[in-house]
Amino acid sequence: MAVMDYVRERFMPHIWCPGCGHGTIMNNLVRAIESLGLKKSEIVMVTGIGCSSRISGYLDFHTLHTIHGRALAFATGVKLARPELTLIVPMGDGDALAIGGNHFLHAARRNIDITAIIMNNSIYGMTGGQFSPLSGYGKTATTAPYGNIYESFDIVQLAKAAGASFVGRTTTYHVTSMMEMIEEAIRHKGFSVVEILTQCPTYFGRKNKVGDAVDMLNYYKDHTVPIGSDKKKENPALIERGVFVREERAEYCEEYEKTVKRAEKGG
Amino acid sequence: MPFRETESLLPSGSYYFSGNEAATEGALAAGCRYYAGYPITPSSEIMERIAVRLKELKGVFMQMEDEIASICSVIGAVWAGAKGMTATSGPGFSLMQEGIGYGAFTETPMVVVDIQRAGPCTGQATRVGSGDHQQAKWGSHGDYQVIALSPWSVQEMYDLTIDAFNLAEQYRVPVFLMGEESVGHLRERMDVRPKVTVFDRAKKKGTPPFGMVEEDGVPPMPCFGEGEKLLVTGSTHNDAGIRKTDDPLVHEKLVSRINNKVLNHREEIIQTESYYVDDATCLVVSYGFTARSALYAVNKLRGEGGRVGLLRLKTIWPFPDQVIRVLGKKAGKIYVPEMNRGQVAGEIMKYADCDVVPYFQTNGEIIDPRTIINQVRSLA
Ligand SMILES: Cc1ncc(C[n+]2csc(CCOP(=O)(O)OP(=O)(O)O)c2C)c(N)n1
Ligand code: SF4
Repeated sequence: MAVMDYVRERFMPHIWCPGCGHGTIMNNLVRAIESLGLKKSEIVMVTGIGCSSRISGYLDFHTLHTIHGRALAFATGVKLARPELTLIVPMGDGDALAIGGNHFLHAARRNIDITAIIMNNSIYGMTGGQFSPLSGYGKTATTAPYGNIYESFDIVQLAKAAGASFVGRTTTYHVTSMMEMIEEAIRHKGFSVVEILTQCPTYFGRKNKVGDAVDMLNYYKDHTVPIGSDKKKENPALIERGVFVREERAEYCEEYEKTVKRAEKGG
Repeated sequence: MPFRETESLLPSGSYYFSGNEAATEGALAAGCRYYAGYPITPSSEIMERIAVRLKELKGVFMQMEDEIASICSVIGAVWAGAKGMTATSGPGFSLMQEGIGYGAFTETPMVVVDIQRAGPCTGQATRVGSGDHQQAKWGSHGDYQVIALSPWSVQEMYDLTIDAFNLAEQYRVPVFLMGEESVGHLRERMDVRPKVTVFDRAKKKGTPPFGMVEEDGVPPMPCFGEGEKLLVTGSTHNDAGIRKTDDPLVHEKLVSRINNKVLNHREEIIQTESYYVDDATCLVVSYGFTARSALYAVNKLRGEGGRVGLLRLKTIWPFPDQVIRVLGKKAGKIYVPEMNRGQVAGEIMKYADCDVVPYFQTNGEIIDPRTIINQVRSLA
């Protein structure tokens, strides 16, 4: 199937600002799905609320556009009712880790076969630039006018500790690896998390005076390194990218099936 | 109409169930195959029983991380084709409200059992209350309709749960079974009939899932994974499910329809029961567990020659305005005993063309029939 067959062209133009990284993610997500040869009718994309969550409107799968923070909970119901479907859940960093943080932890703990894609722009885009749990210490936001005093979550560590069996991080600069990582995450049986650092030039960029979209992409190029790079030893502030966790572990729907079999046999 | 008779899951006959057990069996009989919930007194027996039974029936039982996740996962499962339910009590019902609004606006059939305890807040977790009726109607933001049923016995915990599923599927609307602690934990005899009437979800290929020609129609509902493309959103959407968030006409049309599809079918939806109303000069209006005390009181007063009648509301929402209007006018006086501070009495006052005397009791105990007898006597 051609890439454009997965896109609802009639809903274009999209709402994203010029230079927003969310479009780059959509592009690579669609290419990953095309490369996997998945049929549109086999995929359910579930999203919450945010600029990132609007991605489900533009893609021609079954789409369930829900409420802020709860996409993974909705997806859990869909998956258990029809385990044969492929569940993909793109989320903003606020959606996934502030309001939806608890659902994220528990979905990971269940290791349910859902692919979570965290479009991490370190800010609340949709509501106009308030800080998120991924903004970072010292950053500025409309609600942190004198600097944010929270440390950020480390999504990779969080996902790993909670039990996700596939965890990767990439950026909108590294498009080839992004596509491959999404592909592998969807293929992986279990809860997969792909964190993608993505630029919000409109709010994060402007509030923090880090330049335009191109400057932000260059930042990802200069401030991230592949896992295990020597540069990281010299400069611990660099952010690692790559696949951190790739484990075969009991998947929730399969475990559930087993308990049903046990119940049939009478306990 | 896609109503169908099926064999009962349980062998027909008499059972000595608690109300919570009966609601569980009613749900399963009606075809519920997805349940998600979070433990809370006094409703937990429902999830405990369904955890056993759904595995036997190859359905899905999920204990989720909270009530928000519970209701959201039910909605997801319903869109994937299952009949779904959750059960809770006040604090959990509060957490579910945003999801309920999503269910109402996306026209997702689902059943929520609320076994009410004495609120507000954590209140008296093991004691009875009946304070969630206005929340059931208005708990989520915006204008929408739901259906709420009020069982008075273990038998009705079974029967009305079946009705709740059928109404949810027929009208594509969230339906609440507003039980009270006293009926959830009551154990009494109930009967299971050999056949159960169930409503199978109306599906029709190629028809828009969110719109109808009729302004109060209920569109057929496709689901994920059966070939039809489907966009579901909690934003305002047109007939096809496409977001339309700045078109006033689309919004007005959708909001009107999700209200009218329930309100214009009140006659078919509403269930009430009346006793001695023909010559009554005082009408007791009651519902839920309190109606048991009310019936005892009315029988007693009748034995003394008192012209007292009882109207029992099995449906709270949509509100039975018509019957209240007619019977209220006939009797000239209505008395409403409630385990809250007048949540249903206030509603009656909106419609009744006569005196309405409310009696509130919010002490975590059921209303004693003698209280009702004394009060009604003093009204005469
Ligand atoms: C319950 C609730 N609270 C608040 C909001 C308002 N809201 C919409 S999107 C959003 C945050 C968006 O940020 P993020 O999830 O990081 O996604 P982005 O827009 O940056 O892609 C908020 C707070 C809402 N829709 N629902
Ligand atoms: S506000 Fe930020 S996240 Fe939202 S579309 Fe614009 S650039 Fe993208």
